[in-house]
Amino acid sequence: METSSDSVACLLEVRGISKSFGAVRALQEVDFTLRAGEIHALLGENGAGKSTLIKVITGVFARDAGNVRLGGDDVAPRSAKAVLQAGIATVYQEVNLLPNLSVAQNLFLDRQPMRFGVVREGEMRRRARALLADFGLDIDVAAPLGHYSVAIQHVTAIARAVDLSARVLILDEPTASLDRHEVDILFGIMRQLAKRGIGIVFVSHFLDQVYEISDRITVLRNGRLVGERDTASLARIELIRMMLGRELVETTSARAATREHQPRDVCASFENFGKSGYVAPFNLELHHGEVVGLAGLLGSGRTETARLVFGAERADGGQARVEGVPVRLHSPRDGVRHGFGYCPEERKTEGIVAELSVRENIVLALQAKRGLHRPLARREQNEIARRYVRMLDIRPPDPERPVGLLSGGNQQKVLLARWLATSPRLLVLDEPTRGIDVGAHSEIIRLIRELCDDGLALLVISSELDEIVTYSDRVVVLRDRTHVEELAGEAIDVTNILAAIAADGASHEVHA
Amino acid sequence: MKGLPPVLITAIVLVAGSVLCAVQFPNIASTRVVGNLLTDNAFRGIVAIGMTFVIISGGIDLSVGSVIGFTTIFVAMAIERWGVPPLLAFVAVLALSAAFGAAMGATIHVFDLPPFIVTLAGMFLARGASFLLSTESVPITAPVYSTVSDFALRVPGGGRLTAVAMIMLAIVIGGALLLRLTRFGANVYALGGSRTTASLMGVAVGKMTVKIYMLSSLLAGIAGIVFSFYTSAGYSLSAVGVELDSIAAVVIGGTLLTGGQGSVIGTFLGVLIQGLIQTYINFDGTLSSWWTKIATGVLLFVFIVLQQGLVALARRPVAGRAGAAT
Repeated sequence: METSSDSVACLLEVRGISKSFGAVRALQEVDFTLRAGEIHALLGENGAGKSTLIKVITGVFARDAGNVRLGGDDVAPRSAKAVLQAGIATVYQEVNLLPNLSVAQNLFLDRQPMRFGVVREGEMRRRARALLADFGLDIDVAAPLGHYSVAIQHVTAIARAVDLSARVLILDEPTASLDRHEVDILFGIMRQLAKRGIGIVFVSHFLDQVYEISDRITVLRNGRLVGERDTASLARIELIRMMLGRELVETTSARAATREHQPRDVCASFENFGKSGYVAPFNLELHHGEVVGLAGLLGSGRTETARLVFGAERADGGQARVEGVPVRLHSPRDGVRHGFGYCPEERKTEGIVAELSVRENIVLALQAKRGLHRPLARREQNEIARRYVRMLDIRPPDPERPVGLLSGGNQQKVLLARWLATSPRLLVLDEPTRGIDVGAHSEIIRLIRELCDDGLALLVISSELDEIVTYSDRVVVLRDRTHVEELAGEAIDVTNILAAIAADGASHEVHA
Repeated sequence: MKGLPPVLITAIVLVAGSVLCAVQFPNIASTRVVGNLLTDNAFRGIVAIGMTFVIISGGIDLSVGSVIGFTTIFVAMAIERWGVPPLLAFVAVLALSAAFGAAMGATIHVFDLPPFIVTLAGMFLARGASFLLSTESVPITAPVYSTVSDFALRVPGGGRLTAVAMIMLAIVIGGALLLRLTRFGANVYALGGSRTTASLMGVAVGKMTVKIYMLSSLLAGIAGIVFSFYTSAGYSLSAVGVELDSIAAVVIGGTLLTGGQGSVIGTFLGVLIQGLIQTYINFDGTLSSWWTKIATGVLLFVFIVLQQGLVALARRPVAGRAGAAT
């Protein structure tokens, strides 16, 4: 046992953790310290390494380098079970309990009170009720867990974790599916646990909540530690700067500066378009030959906006117009019919078909648009594939190569080609430059500009603010699933975007 | 809890079916017929109990029919040809089948293979091995066989509760207690809920998988011995397709084919329903025995559709009350 001052000083100490997956370095020499009785927020954008760090700490992933010390003792985790026994418990966003078992069984699985080899059901239920009462929960513990709301399942998971004599509790996006009232209950429980000396790691992308509950904040970016600060002394704009990073040079829109603003035709417009619990209603006009950037933090509603615009998600209010004509936009099919294209963020799972060839991937959307009874002749296919391979400089220039064998940047180009082949009027690109190397990066940006000069309307999502600033004619800034600001022309610069993201707002009601 | 638990539905089907049969053939409602029904279906009942554990844990065991076949021919050969004392033969064959099940369970866990494939291989293996022993039917003449076959408790009304029926009932009760009351039973449900989650919650998934398939094969071995009592012979082709009958009985008994929910009692009722259909067809006399299969098929369809409805119902969360005290 450590002296109490020592254990208060540092409960969990993570030093120099590195972890690679193949060639991808997910974590590079990350440090993290957690004090007893503190609530410590772990923040970072997509791909920053938050979940990898958690999985390394909890022993789900083996670490390549570094060490983890809990209360001064080295934790050499071989299995998730060993870490659990050491006193580090994790509650994931998707509740990791068994909905088919009773609440009581979930709380005491594998450690039920026994007598003569038989589970003492009555005793177990009594203990379960007593345990949950500590968390302000009064429910029938004999009913299957799946019968209860996600909030109750979360509290059950936390109760189980704490009861397993947890000294460290890691909560991974615990509030993502809770409403405001449930969040308050959860925060109450977290404060109570912290008072008992448990160290809590809180992962969330709701900054308001982070400021409300956390004592300290650690920020990761691209697998590296950016910094560790006291929440009270960290300005919101500073925090966002840490998360989005870059040596924020004051770049202004290259396009806005070089092109005079000639009036352009409206390609598509959206009026009061939205879906409750998804994105607040917004107005958006997209012009031919114009790039509109969507900026905001992870979870701010960028992808959600894109999916509504394309029809991948069905809006429950508002009106969409294409070239001024009101249209129905209920499914991706509708979107394709109106000449929209959508390159999703998850290339691997939602975009390319890795086993099919470059040619087959390119003609996919065009074929779908024409319908199955009008097959594209092979000769036609070859010609289309060759044209786009040349135009977008897809390498290697072999249309018959399976797309899965191409690099990330070239996969992205194939995806672009697929939509370009349908001659769209509007193209929605979600993080087109994510996970591709620097060379391909600038090429994609060049392509975006060229397409735009050809009269295409583009809606582009990116976490890279510099990038957005470089190619956008207008930038829509989102926060908490609401469009909060629209910047145009000279006003487009990183500072203004950051200010719009960081602006304090009464913004809790949307993410229910 | 809303709605009828699946077991109750199975019970209602059984009662309604019995009443229908009794109305048409008053003789069916006698202890003699009930006693025979239990005796005739003893081996099916035993093997279906093992299948219940496997299916609740999210798996499937296609090898049980072949294990029964292997057991009967092994026991017959051991007693009649190799001169092994019957009791020793029983112990040996049960050890063999338990080891066989354990091997299948270990294969499933270690190589992360679908149970369907592994037990399908086990099915061919066990059936093939029994042909190696003998391709003919081997009658068993050991005295213990006639003793056991003749042993029965007389019940008022001319019924006989035979030794094999009693073995089956004992296993049903034992199985129900094991599933309901022990940590092992809770872990079986946990595995059926989600293997990953169960392992994250500290359940030793590997050990559990081995034990579950070991239990299933062990019960198949016991079913094989019971079957050899029932027929007084060993034959490598016996109990072909019994694995499918068992799966049907388990599902009709209200166990989810996807795992996580079910009961031993339900399976027992499912076996009785299958037996009742067979009895009805015997009484009728004009129907081909294949009608058993047709009726089972229809029942299966009904129950699977019913289960889908129940699952959908169960997925709908009920509003719970949270946080009065905070």
